[in-house]
Amino acid sequence: MRSLADIERILDAPIPGGDGGAIAATLLSVGEDVLEHWVTAHGGTPTKEEREGFRLLALHRQGAKDDPSFNACRETCRELAYHYNLVTMDAGSADTTNRLQMMQMVCRHLHLFVSGKLQVAGLGDFCCSARPIRAESDPAITTSKEA
Amino acid sequence: MTIKDKEKYKKVAYYPGCALEGTGHAYNRSTKAVGKALGLDLVEVKNWNCCGAMEVKNLDPKIQTYLSSRVMSTAANEMNMDVVMAPCNGCYHNLKKAEYDLANDQSSAEVVDKLSRKAGHKTYQPGQVETIHALDWIKDAIGEDGLKARVKNSLAGIKIANYYGCMYTRPRHIFPEKDQGPGSESTSKPHFMDDLLAAAGAENVEFPLKTACCGGAHTLSDSDTSTKLVLNILKTAKLAGADVIATECPTCHSGLEMHQIRAEKRLGEKVDIKILYFTQLLGMALGLKPRKVGVHENVSDSIRFLKEKGLG
Repeated sequence: MRSLADIERILDAPIPGGDGGAIAATLLSVGEDVLEHWVTAHGGTPTKEEREGFRLLALHRQGAKDDPSFNACRETCRELAYHYNLVTMDAGSADTTNRLQMMQMVCRHLHLFVSGKLQVAGLGDFCCSARPIRAESDPAITTSKEA
Repeated sequence: MTIKDKEKYKKVAYYPGCALEGTGHAYNRSTKAVGKALGLDLVEVKNWNCCGAMEVKNLDPKIQTYLSSRVMSTAANEMNMDVVMAPCNGCYHNLKKAEYDLANDQSSAEVVDKLSRKAGHKTYQPGQVETIHALDWIKDAIGEDGLKARVKNSLAGIKIANYYGCMYTRPRHIFPEKDQGPGSESTSKPHFMDDLLAAAGAENVEFPLKTACCGGAHTLSDSDTSTKLVLNILKTAKLAGADVIATECPTCHSGLEMHQIRAEKRLGEKVDIKILYFTQLLGMALGLKPRKVGVHENVSDSIRFLKEKGLG
């Protein structure tokens, strides 16, 4: 697993020339590393499983378990997988460089969200939580007003 | 959609919410102006209150459920309306969440009933009203074909990245009408705003961060994270070839505008992209002047750009 600083360096560097598929694979693995950081920071062992052919999606599902606010990056993960497919399944396309740049931006968003959330746990909480559903098992958010 | 169904959305209860009276006033102005131009009737919910937003929800989610239910109760029981339209994603989300909780969580229903009786109004019963967003409203009452027929100034030549933000589609279970196949909205890749703006002539770009987090809820407590997230959204839209980011939420809109400025000041990164409410764009396509749709109330200045595109 790359360090968050190494990940940042990769995401800030210009897209190198060469095999588009290999670059897309690197960006996908960077996304997996970002999610591994999240899972590890929460005491878990990052899964080796795949969902819909992507370990990235399995890692996202693992990261969101018991934390619905993590779903704020669900579509970002799916866009990353989508761009990987675009680049690898349409190799040689004139759009490859643009697609890789876009994939890098999407990956950066995932990195920014997860690293931001590692510092501020509530990030994404407002939009994606279903607190009343969780309230039964979370005494911290059940108040005396309900009694 | 049948003519009868379309009629249902031509007169709706309008719930602007707090933001549209403050930072999102341009959205309020443009929503009303578009409604008028399209011959749609907006009847503001009488004596409406805060939906509970994030502050109340974080403190006590059942109080938020009550506050949102009161808005729906007023529309249903005091105004005899069967549709409530909320243009703000936060309000829309909270009313939908209240609807879901009241139908699925007995303890929420009990708290709401107790508070409603104490406040002296009828308890809202799930299903009494249908809560819709401004996007649903125009799509359902007018539709793309109806809009195309009314366009006076095409948005042709304007490339748009549509940013829906987080609350319009999350969490999925509170939006049972979405993801129902062709014609319905998608929670993973929403397209209603794309559809309406395309009908007005705009060219939508492929934008992969349509529902990505902008850190909005932490814009004050952790501004730097929000600025970096917004900057990435702006740069991605630019890379996608967009001239404009279209918004449909006052929180998203002001977040994008404010952090666009902050990114330049704090990080030295300027991204030249305009940020406009979709109702402002639609209003101008319908022949309204920029001032009529509150472009002068936005933080960023789009006037020169709009003039260049023949909309000023």
